[in-house]
Amino acid sequence: MTAIWKGLTVATALSLSTALPALAETTITAVMHSGLRVIDPVITTAHITRDNAFMVFDTLVALNSDFEVTPQMADFELSDDGLTYTFTLRDGLKWHDGGDVTPADCIASIKRWMQRDGGGQMIADKMQSLEATGPNSFALTLTEPFPYTLEAMAKVSSLALFMMPERLANTPADQAITELVGSGPFKFMADEFQPGVKVVYEKFDDYVPSDGPQSWFSGAKVVNVDRVEWVTMPDAQTTINALMNGEIDFMEAVPVDLLPILDGMPDIDNAVLSPLGSVAVGRMNFKYPPFDDIKVRQAALAAMSQIDTLTALIGNPDYFKVCGAIFGCDTPLEFADGSEDLTAGGNVDKAKALLAESSYDGTPIVLMQPTDVVTLTAQPIVAAQKLREAGFEVDMQPMDWQTLVTRRASQADPAEGGWNMFFTNWIVPEVSNPLANIMLNGRGDNAWFGWPEDPEIEGLLSDYAAATDLDGQKSVAEQIQAHVMDNVNYIHLGQYYSPSAWRSDTLSGVSEAPFPIFWGLEKSVSN
Amino acid sequence: MLYLLRRALAAIPVMLVVAVFVFLLLRLTPGDPAAILAGDMATPEQLERIRTSLGLNEPLTVQFFGWMGDLLRGDFGTSLISGKPVLDLVADRMWPTIWIALITITLSVIIAVPMGVVAAWKHKTWIDHIVMTFSVLGFSIPVFVIGYLLIKLFALDLKWLPVQGYVAPSKDIAGFAARSVLPALTLASIYIALIARMTRASLLDVLGEDYVRTARAKGLTEKRVLFRHALRNAAVPVMTVIGTGFALLISGVVVTESVFNIPGLGRLTVDSIFARDYPVIQALILLTSGIYVLVNLLIDLSYSLLDPRIRY
Repeated sequence: MTAIWKGLTVATALSLSTALPALAETTITAVMHSGLRVIDPVITTAHITRDNAFMVFDTLVALNSDFEVTPQMADFELSDDGLTYTFTLRDGLKWHDGGDVTPADCIASIKRWMQRDGGGQMIADKMQSLEATGPNSFALTLTEPFPYTLEAMAKVSSLALFMMPERLANTPADQAITELVGSGPFKFMADEFQPGVKVVYEKFDDYVPSDGPQSWFSGAKVVNVDRVEWVTMPDAQTTINALMNGEIDFMEAVPVDLLPILDGMPDIDNAVLSPLGSVAVGRMNFKYPPFDDIKVRQAALAAMSQIDTLTALIGNPDYFKVCGAIFGCDTPLEFADGSEDLTAGGNVDKAKALLAESSYDGTPIVLMQPTDVVTLTAQPIVAAQKLREAGFEVDMQPMDWQTLVTRRASQADPAEGGWNMFFTNWIVPEVSNPLANIMLNGRGDNAWFGWPEDPEIEGLLSDYAAATDLDGQKSVAEQIQAHVMDNVNYIHLGQYYSPSAWRSDTLSGVSEAPFPIFWGLEKSVSN
Repeated sequence: MLYLLRRALAAIPVMLVVAVFVFLLLRLTPGDPAAILAGDMATPEQLERIRTSLGLNEPLTVQFFGWMGDLLRGDFGTSLISGKPVLDLVADRMWPTIWIALITITLSVIIAVPMGVVAAWKHKTWIDHIVMTFSVLGFSIPVFVIGYLLIKLFALDLKWLPVQGYVAPSKDIAGFAARSVLPALTLASIYIALIARMTRASLLDVLGEDYVRTARAKGLTEKRVLFRHALRNAAVPVMTVIGTGFALLISGVVVTESVFNIPGLGRLTVDSIFARDYPVIQALILLTSGIYVLVNLLIDLSYSLLDPRIRY
């Protein structure tokens, strides 16, 4: 009996010792806005893939909260003729597999990125050479000055420029990489990765933080915890329950209508961490009637109301902003020219008058309505009502988002499987710069879905690219704003914000950024 | 043995029809995995290149026979979205579902069969009425409402159990048990209602049979009549309900998996359908069909054990 008892005791002790984590280990458990499924940040524009990439990879240069480009992995220098950018890598940079970061790695990464990103393609079009100039330096030489170069390389929206080892960066840009080896502050734990379920990161002990104060994605990325786990939870109420029970530390996106549950809870803080937020937009098909007629587009714009759309979408006015600026409010290029009707709640009389002057013959417009994405369901419903009030016939067709994504690529007649109008959302950094804002492309069949043929905006975009200082850029941006409102390249439906929530009793150091950052965070060891 | 072999062979055309059907159905459904993978900013040329690299531009017959050939070699392909082997994805997500299904069915049988027996035995008494009331409630209340109520009581208020999650029993048996209680109870609420009703109805039928009257007439105790003669004969339809219930649980309980954040097959199925991840959906539907075929076979075999008159 004694022997059995001893055996049981030893077995229990052993099982406990394997079940309990090391005492000092700190793990932040976070629920992000979506589950990670695609790991290659060059092949997809999914925000969660970009967020994951900022954990694992580092960038050559980075954007701070003042929209300034700062050195990150590399210092940079521009030649006097404005043609050659020389990058010098910081000492001690290592990949997670132990190798040194070399100019060859960076050159291969830039070349792969240039095949997918719009800004990268613009640089590629003007590139004369991209080659190593020393063991720790390389140079990008252009055929003509392109002041947007560094800004494109420091972008924080999708398809950001991440540095990868050459062997990964040599993967064709239309094939996804199958492993994540970066030089960023966190290591991606491939063995523990479950697509759509869980992502695990460990602190990269050999990471060398850059100098300077941490601000957004620039400055010192100091990691104060051992592990970060992103757990996917499909149900927001469950996530909130888990946060209240202390099972998770951080929730990226709290639905505004569920926020009152958390208000007043002593150990939970909530705030908008992304100060710029997102914008809602409507896009028309320029290839077919009626939206091939500028008068019809102007009628539709006059009919729309930002306040009605945002109220239906978000509800709580603390979390949205009526904003006429297509480049976003609170950005350097904030202009509101031409948005008076939109921001004043719409002008139905003007819309009716414009429609009467137009070629519109009463054919129902095919409006695609996604039914499975919470942040996209309200806009088409409000828009349909507004358009009907203005005299449009509307054929609203419900479908899941993935069907919409496929159908919007169709250039067929709307009556034969095509479309007239759909709505989507962007985070503000994706639209805040004219060269990054893909909806401004006016190159017909080569433009974004809707395919506007708009040589005037193409000229303005060239002027913007050639502007050498902020004042020059602002001047062109204001003209673009006025042109978009007049030509109705798309309908800007206002800005909204998503609050995040976290355990204030265990987590500290939470800071503002366009999307959550985990360096700089500290977690108390108590739980 | 011959029967088993015959049933196994009969499953092959069933699976083949399922394979053809699911393959064609997915290709006829609107949606383009390349567009989903590439996201909002992809140009038509980039999309075309991605489609080619995923093999989606091949003729349907080439895609189908390629897939069938791989299947025969035991290769279910790789996910179009995550790039991971489909078998790994399914295997990772299968165990949480299997465990929850096993616990749910066990719990349901342990609770529901005695409930049904007592209700039939005490037919038209207050006990019968209580059992039937619970049964109607279990059927009528949506499963997510029961889930949230249990979470509120046992996790948020009493702090006895965690709100959500899954831990493999091999890693942490206590954590596994703690996280399994609430989802299993939630799911069991429906199955308890179903099995209790079926047990009661079936037993009431049997209790009216001549051989039960004979058993009573020859002086057997009521307990012996009930358990020895009636219950075993009433078990055939109950077994059918239990078997199909188990198959339903395995094929995915999306709402419960979402409410309790269990990374099971139900969520994988829904995620894959939304992402048009063809190889994963095809594998999941084949797996589900296989489970149904197997469960039906086991149910049929159980009939002959329960009722000696049934022979194959």
